Amino acid sequence: MTDTLTPILSQTWDKPMSWKLDTYRANGGYDGLKKALSMAPADVMKTVIDSGLRGRGGAGFPTGTKWSFIPQDNPNPKYLVVNCDESEPGTCKDVPMLMASPQLVVEGSLIACYAVGAHEAYIYVRGEVAHVIRRVRAAVKEAYAAGLLGKNIMGSGFDCDIVVHAGAGAYICGEETALLSSLEGFRGQPRLRPPFPAVAGLYASPTVVNNAESICSVPAILVNGAEWYAAMGTEKSKGSMLYSLSGHVAHPGQYEAPLGTTMRTLLDLAGGIRPGHQLKFFTPGGSSTPIFTPAELDVPLDYEAVSAAGSILGTKALQVFDETTSVVRTTLRWTQFYQHESCGKCTPCREGNWWLVQVLGRLEAGQGQPGDVDKLLSITDQMSGLSFCVLADGAVACVTSAVKHFRDEFEAGYHTPAWELFPYEKSTLWASEVARSAKRGAA
Amino acid sequence: MSERAYEATPKEVLPHDFDEKGSIDWTDESTAINQKTMDELRELAGRYPRPRSALMPMLHLVQSVDERISPAGVRACADILGIPVAEVVGVATFYTQFRRHRGGQHHVGVCRTALCAVMGGDEIMAAVEQHLGIGDDEVTPDGKFSLESVECNAACDYAPVMMIDWEFMDNMTPGKAIAALDDLAAGKPVKSTRGPVLPGWAANERMLAGFDDGLADDGPAAGEPSLAGLKIARARGWKAPAAPKHKAAAPSEAKGAGA
Repeated sequence: MTDTLTPILSQTWDKPMSWKLDTYRANGGYDGLKKALSMAPADVMKTVIDSGLRGRGGAGFPTGTKWSFIPQDNPNPKYLVVNCDESEPGTCKDVPMLMASPQLVVEGSLIACYAVGAHEAYIYVRGEVAHVIRRVRAAVKEAYAAGLLGKNIMGSGFDCDIVVHAGAGAYICGEETALLSSLEGFRGQPRLRPPFPAVAGLYASPTVVNNAESICSVPAILVNGAEWYAAMGTEKSKGSMLYSLSGHVAHPGQYEAPLGTTMRTLLDLAGGIRPGHQLKFFTPGGSSTPIFTPAELDVPLDYEAVSAAGSILGTKALQVFDETTSVVRTTLRWTQFYQHESCGKCTPCREGNWWLVQVLGRLEAGQGQPGDVDKLLSITDQMSGLSFCVLADGAVACVTSAVKHFRDEFEAGYHTPAWELFPYEKSTLWASEVARSAKRGAA
Repeated sequence: MSERAYEATPKEVLPHDFDEKGSIDWTDESTAINQKTMDELRELAGRYPRPRSALMPMLHLVQSVDERISPAGVRACADILGIPVAEVVGVATFYTQFRRHRGGQHHVGVCRTALCAVMGGDEIMAAVEQHLGIGDDEVTPDGKFSLESVECNAACDYAPVMMIDWEFMDNMTPGKAIAALDDLAAGKPVKSTRGPVLPGWAANERMLAGFDDGLADDGPAAGEPSLAGLKIARARGWKAPAAPKHKAAAPSEAKGAGA
C-alpha cells in the first residue's frame, strides 16, 4: 500500500540551499542521468513509456510516447523545449519546484535529450518570476562547471547544451505551438497542427515540448525503474504528482501524492476549509477545467475519473472557494483573464471572451437583462472548438460549468449586485480579523 | 471600496476590443543605448541558432537601459536582426512585460485574477492606488513606482500575491503592501518573501535579458505553502515506495538490448 503522500520531486525542498548542485547530488541527483547514459537511448525511452508517465501540463499525453514520435531519420537537428511558462490560473507547482530544485529540470532535460537524440534544449520560463529564472540559470551554470552539460557529459561522449529563455508575459505561450513561435522571436500565437512539433517544431525541426513537471519526473524513473513508478497511482494514471491547493483552505500549498488521490483526502491534509466555513466549489485542474462542487469530493483525481465526472485533471490546480464567494464574480474574473490573454488570432476567442465579459460584468453589477444567462450559454456555443488552440475552450468550460451548478446566482444578477449577495470583504485572507475588530469593509 | 465597479459602455461609442494602448511612444526619442548596449544586444543574438530567437531577451535589455521600449531600442534590434522595425514593434506590443512608456524605479503588480481577487487582491489594489495616487498602468510623478493589475502569477497558494520588480511579495494585505511601498519610498531595502532584496525594475529587466546578477542564492528554497505536504509526510513517515530490489538492476535487460 502506497503512502498517502509520496514526496519525490519535493523530496529535497526543505534541505538547506536545496537549489545547489551539491545538495542535489548529495541526495541522489544525477544518478538518473548516469544510468540513462549507460543505456541505449531507445531503452531510456522505453523505460519512460513503461513507467506510464503522462504529461503534467494539462493534456496528460504519455511522455515517452511523445518522445517516440521524433523521427530519427529527419536530417534536421532535434530539440527539446521545456515548458515552464506556468500561467494557468490556480497552477503554482512548477514555480516552487524550479525555485527549490532547479537541477531536476536540468537532469530531466539531459535524459530526454539523450533519449530522443537532441543536443540542444531550451527551458522557457515565464518572465514574471525573476527569482525562478535566476535559480534555473544558476543551476545550468553549475551543471556546465561540473561537466554535466556541454561536451562529453560524464565521459559518455554525449554532448548537450541548455539555454534558459525568459518569456515576457503571455499566458498563451504555455500552448506548445505558441511557445515555439515565441521562442523563435515572434508574437506568441498558436500554429495549426498538423504538422505537430514532433515533426516540425522549433525552426521547423523535430521538437519535443514537455511540461516542466513531466521532465522533472524523469530522473527518479530512471533511478528506480519503470515498475516502481507504475506501481503508484491508478490503472491508467500512474505515478505521483504535485497537487496544488489554494484559496479558502487552512493550509494551502503543494501536496505530492499518487494519482487518484481524492479531494477529500487532500483537503483533510490541508486542514480543511478555513475555520467556520464550508466548501462551495473548486477547480480540479485550473480555471480552464469545469468546476466541481462538494458532490465530487470523492472523485479520484486521475485523468480518467475526473473526465468521467465531467471535468479535466489539467494541472491539478485545486482552487478552493468557500460559501462567502460569489461564483459570478469569480467567473467574471476568470473570463477577464481569458479576454486579456487571448492572442487575438481566432475570432471566436477574441470576440467571444469580450462578449462574455460584457454580460458577466452587468450580471455582477446586478444590471443583467432577463435572458442574459441564456445569452452567456449561446456565446459559449459559438466559441467552443472553433479556434486553433484550446484557450477559448477553457474560457467556455469555466462559464458553462459555473452556470450549470449555480444558475440561480447568475439569474440574481438581473436585479442584485453580487457584492450585496456576497460581501467581498468576507472572502479575503484577513476576513476573520476584520470581523473580529467589527470593522467590516474597513480593509 | 472593495468592488471593481462595472462601467456600462456609453451607447454612442461603438464598443470594440482592440487594444487601446497602441504602439510604443515614437515621440520620445531619448535613449541611453550606447556601444556597450549594442555589443550586449549582439551577444544575446549570438546565443541562439537563429538570431531572431533573441528578440525577447533583447527587448528586455532595451527596457533595462531605456526604462521602456524606446524607438532607438526598436531600431537597434531591427538592425542587428535584419528584420523590419514593424516586426520588432509587433513583438514588443504583444507581451505585457514590455512597456510602451517608462516604468517606475519599482514596478508594482497586484494580482487580480479570480482567486487572488477573491482573497483580497482587489482591496490591495484599491489601497495601493489610493496610497500612490495612481491607477493601473500609471507611474507616480516622481518616477518611483509604476503600478499594474496583473494576471495570475503562479503563486496561488500564497494568495493574495503582489509582485514588485517581478519578485514575489506573498500573502499580502493592504497594510503590508503599503508598508513595503513606504520603505521603498524611503530608500530602505525591502526583501521579497521568496527572493532577494528588491533590486529595482530595470536591474531585473537586465537579469531577465540573460545577464547574471549573482543573486540566485538569496532568499529561501521554499516558502511555507511549498513545504506544506512535505512537512506532513516527514511528520508521519510517509515516503515514496522503495525501489523494488530486483529492479535495482532494471536496466540489465535494457543494457542487453542496447549492447
